[in-house]
Amino acid sequence: MKKLLVLSFLWCACALAEAPSTVAIHNAKIVPVSGPVIAKGTVILKNGLIEAVGENVAVPPDAWVVDGEGMTVYPGLIDALSTVGMPGAAPATGGGGRGGRGAAAPAQVPVQAAPAERSWGPEDRPQTTSWLLAADELQAGDKRVETVRGGGVTTAVTFPTRGIFAGQGSVIDLVSGEKSAEMVLVPSVGQYISMGGGRGFGGGGGGGFPSSLMGIISYVRQLYLDASHYKLVKDAYAKEPRGMQRPEYDRALEGLMASQRFLLPANQLIEIDRMLRFGAELKTISPVEQQMIIYGAREAYRPEAAQLLKKANVPVLLSIHWPTPPARTADSDDSNDTLRTLIERDKAPSAPAVLQKAGVKFALYSDGAESPRDFQRAVKKAIDAGLAREDALRALTLSPAEIYGIADRVGSIEKGKIANIVVTKGEIFDDGTQIVMVFVDGKKYTPEAPPAGGRGGPATDDPGAGGNQ
Amino acid sequence: MKKLLLGTLLALAPLCADTIVIQNATVMTEGPKGIFKGSVVVRDGKIVDLGEKVMVPAGAIVIEAGGQYLIPGIIDCHSHIAGSGNINEGSVSVSSMVDIKDIINPDDIAIYRALAGGVTTANILHGSANSIGGQTLPLKMRWGKSAQELIFAGATPGIKFALGENPKRAGNPQGGGRGATGAIQVGRYPATRMGVEDVIREAFNDAKAYKAEWDAYDAKVAKGEHPIPPRKDLKLQALKEVLENKRYVHVHCYRADEILMMIRAADDNGFKVRTFQHVLEGYKVAKEIAEHGAGASTFSDWWGYKMEAIDAIPFNAALMTKKGVVVSLNSDDAELMRHLNTEAGKAMKYGGMNETEALAMVTINPAKQLGIDKTVGSIEVGKDADLVLYDGFPMSDFSKVQKVWIDGAQYFDRDKEVAAQAAKDAEKQQLLDKEKAAQRQPGTRRPQ
Repeated sequence: MKKLLVLSFLWCACALAEAPSTVAIHNAKIVPVSGPVIAKGTVILKNGLIEAVGENVAVPPDAWVVDGEGMTVYPGLIDALSTVGMPGAAPATGGGGRGGRGAAAPAQVPVQAAPAERSWGPEDRPQTTSWLLAADELQAGDKRVETVRGGGVTTAVTFPTRGIFAGQGSVIDLVSGEKSAEMVLVPSVGQYISMGGGRGFGGGGGGGFPSSLMGIISYVRQLYLDASHYKLVKDAYAKEPRGMQRPEYDRALEGLMASQRFLLPANQLIEIDRMLRFGAELKTISPVEQQMIIYGAREAYRPEAAQLLKKANVPVLLSIHWPTPPARTADSDDSNDTLRTLIERDKAPSAPAVLQKAGVKFALYSDGAESPRDFQRAVKKAIDAGLAREDALRALTLSPAEIYGIADRVGSIEKGKIANIVVTKGEIFDDGTQIVMVFVDGKKYTPEAPPAGGRGGPATDDPGAGGNQ
Repeated sequence: MKKLLLGTLLALAPLCADTIVIQNATVMTEGPKGIFKGSVVVRDGKIVDLGEKVMVPAGAIVIEAGGQYLIPGIIDCHSHIAGSGNINEGSVSVSSMVDIKDIINPDDIAIYRALAGGVTTANILHGSANSIGGQTLPLKMRWGKSAQELIFAGATPGIKFALGENPKRAGNPQGGGRGATGAIQVGRYPATRMGVEDVIREAFNDAKAYKAEWDAYDAKVAKGEHPIPPRKDLKLQALKEVLENKRYVHVHCYRADEILMMIRAADDNGFKVRTFQHVLEGYKVAKEIAEHGAGASTFSDWWGYKMEAIDAIPFNAALMTKKGVVVSLNSDDAELMRHLNTEAGKAMKYGGMNETEALAMVTINPAKQLGIDKTVGSIEVGKDADLVLYDGFPMSDFSKVQKVWIDGAQYFDRDKEVAAQAAKDAEKQQLLDKEKAAQRQPGTRRPQ
């Protein structure tokens, strides 16, 4: 009885925080992304959806009206590869930082495999939790939800990232609520594959197979071959179980087959080449239709890389965790910086512009640069390096929505789509721009004002992690 | 008539564009033409003519090589460069499921350095951490090309086996007991030379069963039946290919007893060892190696770095050669790889070999061992134009590689390299200055 009372109290508290059912943002500049900019117009949000958008839209009598004079309305941003809401996942990630050339895998949460039994081969399904759904693991109370949302991100594609077959990512809306289920837009969009690679990747310390990049690649290939065989046997058994030994249930293979897409890591040009080939091979083995996505793509600033991606027609998730130079003193030794490292640090932020020019479908993702200031500055760097502002916006809205097949519900300001909206004073991604309000599922959130004078120091200077080959 | 004319024109076009004549060089062919002073003509990536007097095709690029030496591209039968990540999948005793082909790294600067040392082809091997290691393949050192373009087309792939101390875990980080950090590690079988043999024999028992399963399936399919195929097992698949003679076995070994063990295990299981690698005690069992038909790829005079490498002599290569073994000298090392020419030269001192016999051990002999001697390893008409030009006798310490061609394309030019160095240094300094300037003014934006 007492429990019930507490529960109903909570429910009341929740209901009180609920946004008004209808909101009209009036007389604002509207950037729908899917169509031309509306210099002065109105957006109506109702019951969590976009009810109407246009120059001459009547404000419903029951609507709460936001005076949009001097403000700009954008679709909510989408972080195309995140770990927000995942238990134990750290926001700061590995692959960025100093532009070390050795990094095999893009920035990602370091694999902290639970003390598992030593693996003796692919049959032990090492570092595999392909059946995990981000939606099932989601923690509603994750403080990062608020942080990320402060930068204008309303939607994240969040993934389990521990292991080789880490699990299936989910599209979530960044609402603050009691129940994680409220956040879920699409429970499964694809399998996160990592290739941590090299020494120490579960190899020593009793971790067993695989302990090298080639071991990981061979394991991924074997799992796909096994899935293909598993499907054959299962189908045959379903057709005529009598007289046939039943195939053993294998959740690793079930998880793999439940994935509509697979995400492969590739930072360097040679890795992009390698993974495009490998992904194409996996697609031929896979017993189910799957799309390939490349993530990381640090060397996409090299035109050869962009050409390869264009030719393969594979979408790219591009990390905005740009490599930064190490802190230097007057007598720092620069001899460790190779010419290639220097070029990489110089050119990395031009990758989005290069991909745009090559006609590659790409989305940007925070990769740890997710505090509002880091996020804004990282995107601004790409704009300063040649990416048009509207292209930057698209790479954080409609493009990721298209890549994940959710452009029918998010990614632009259109009638009928989910009411995910960012209202700013100033142009989005500019240094002085203030994010005034963020609507997620029609619920209004007011981000905290950024700390005053917070412009010193590099945005994402993470000297840690570095190479893992 | 018009058609004929067009045809002639088309035939002429590549002839003019891709024809090179290297003239007045001392040519050490390692082929039937021996050593002569004259010219070599290259067209479309192949050697088309050679001799003291050749016809210089119109439009050909002529390289005057008076006083210089031209040799076939050096072939390293044992290298670990050009790979991404660890070259050992040492977590298991049999790691034949892994493949060097999956991790070719065309960006590895060691490729360029090898090229600058006259190497044009290298057999890239898995490490020696386990009894049966990963799949391997030869690459051409086509610096600047993609991973796929490095692969030696048509070459038979290989697999690495290893005997002795490494697979039985002495010094192997995958080993049992307590590691350096004090954490208890789960040990890996085997711990003795007996165990190494057992691992190999057991693996082939499995491979034979696997092969039988697939052969039965293939037979049913041939009869028009539609059975469910067996599970494809990448580990056993590679060993099945060994049994089918489609994959060469390269065995890391040192001691005479383990070499004999390996020959017996191979004979019992119906496969051949293609090469014994290192094989420092090969001189003791050279007759048996020759009878088995295996090649031997050894070091010139590198030994004593561990117990099983103690009983070695620099006459090893020459003694094995005298018993009829095809012998090559390899590097196993990115640095040594840069001067395999002088490694070959040492055989003239220690084994009394002549210059042709010595040079063969880094050219035609490794080509034979890798089954690629039909296309590389010597300067002969019809072979790939993989050529190295030295400014002096090629096995001298004082000679430097001037130019290297692979398939008739120039991949290294000493003069160009030296000349380009200043521009690279300047570019580096400019980027450093730019970074430092930006760091002095944090937050400043770059001009748009």
